[in-house]
Amino acid sequence: MRDRLIFSAQLLFTMLVAAFLIVPAALSMLAGITLNYFRGIQSGLTLQWVVQVWELYSDTIFRSLVIALATLGVTLVVGIPAAYGLHLRSDRFSRAIEEIITLPLAIPGLALALALLLTYGGFSDFRRSWLFILAGHAVYTLPFMVRSVLAVFGAIDVKTLDEGAASLGASPWRRFRDVIVPNAAPGILAGSLMVVTLSLGEFNLTWMLHTPLTKTLPVGLADSYASMRLEVASAYTLVFFVMIIPLLVAMQIFAGYRRGPTVLPR
Amino acid sequence: MSKRAFVRFCFVPLAVLVTAFFVLPMARLVLVGASGDQGLRAYAAILLDPRYRATLFNTVSLAAATTIASLVVATISGLFLQRHRFLGHSLLVAMLTFPLAFPGVVVGFMIILLAGRQGLLGDVTLHLFGTKEVFAYSLQGLFLGYLYFSIPRVILTIMAAVEKLDPSLEEAARTLGASPWRVVRDVILPALAPALIASGAIAFATAMGAFGTAFTLATDVAVLPMLIYTEFTLSANIALAAALSVGLGLVTWAILALARSYGGTSIAAAG
Repeated sequence: MRDRLIFSAQLLFTMLVAAFLIVPAALSMLAGITLNYFRGIQSGLTLQWVVQVWELYSDTIFRSLVIALATLGVTLVVGIPAAYGLHLRSDRFSRAIEEIITLPLAIPGLALALALLLTYGGFSDFRRSWLFILAGHAVYTLPFMVRSVLAVFGAIDVKTLDEGAASLGASPWRRFRDVIVPNAAPGILAGSLMVVTLSLGEFNLTWMLHTPLTKTLPVGLADSYASMRLEVASAYTLVFFVMIIPLLVAMQIFAGYRRGPTVLPR
Repeated sequence: MSKRAFVRFCFVPLAVLVTAFFVLPMARLVLVGASGDQGLRAYAAILLDPRYRATLFNTVSLAAATTIASLVVATISGLFLQRHRFLGHSLLVAMLTFPLAFPGVVVGFMIILLAGRQGLLGDVTLHLFGTKEVFAYSLQGLFLGYLYFSIPRVILTIMAAVEKLDPSLEEAARTLGASPWRVVRDVILPALAPALIASGAIAFATAMGAFGTAFTLATDVAVLPMLIYTEFTLSANIALAAALSVGLGLVTWAILALARSYGGTSIAAAG
């Protein structure tokens, strides 16, 4: 009897917490397709707000996708060899390097953005292009790629694979390309999903780094929250949800949230 | 190419990227922090200037309140979800972790929908009590926003820790006649302590550095990241903004280092 009561109380509490998190998200999805949110759903459903978002902000959506894919490209080219090198060395030097590349996670994005602005603000062509945002995103998401690949290297016997291929006469580059990278595929996939999700949603850095001509999706969102009617802001948020939900589902399938918080985004 | 040379070559792209876009800019930030009229004293301004000190106090209190509240919520729900399996269990877990990927601005918007001028709580209180409660733009709204992005992170850490607990200890306590509350207090909570400290530190550091949520809610409550932002963009007080962000970065880094020494892993400090 008492156990039953405790169970019910905990269940009710947990459901309330879940409601606190989900109800606003559901409201925003609903508001994005409601004719007049103030009058409620009875006013009718419409796609006009989504269309309006598309007309006003489609450039931010494309730019965010381009930046996310470019960030992925940079983190792949930089992160996979780095993880391989770090795994092979595993000494004081590699631990220091790992510490440095994880630092961008530990300090607020605002500080990193300020640092980039103070250093490169004078190079106006670079400052004005989307590559400036790419630089920030790459530094910020890199540790997720490196750690994700390192985790796989820790689980498989890289040394034996590497030596096996070497004894067959493969050059270091061929061993890396044909043996190491394919074996690291699960970590590369998990890291890639994380990098793209993080880049698509990144705001703290991007808000400081963007110019009126290089607005990204989250920057546009902040803009719409401040200046648009609630229905438009909601429709825009809906677009964002539609973009990240497949990534989250894929992450759940391939990486598994349950493996612990090592690989969790902000 | 020899193996040694190849491994060294593997670090080249990393060295270029990290030096150009992280190490050098951070060094510059530290230097700029000391370059204003006040020189190195800018670094002490956060403690000496009464206005900044009040902001620091606000930020730390808010972060502490967020940490405690999310630890309490996550321990109750995390224990429950890890110990019981029932219909809709995985749906509930998915609902509690879904907001993990929300940027801080979106979290702010969620709070506006909940407690803003056209918010749900306002409608409910209008029907029930005849007054419309709007608190999204106040300290309570900010607290709710911070809670919103902290709960999912903390719950995951707690659930992972509960999974590793040894159930036989609890059974032993129960057979010795301990009440459910005593089992929680004397067996479960002590065993969870490292996870609580680690996830609490992560929640605290995240709340200290959160910018997007405060930005969207545009509250009149001054928090440190908003202060840095306004000093930089509105007052053009660049040296002070740099000094403040170096200080904030050191604090969040130190707290996350503490978390890691308790077995937690540092997660992006933002929101």
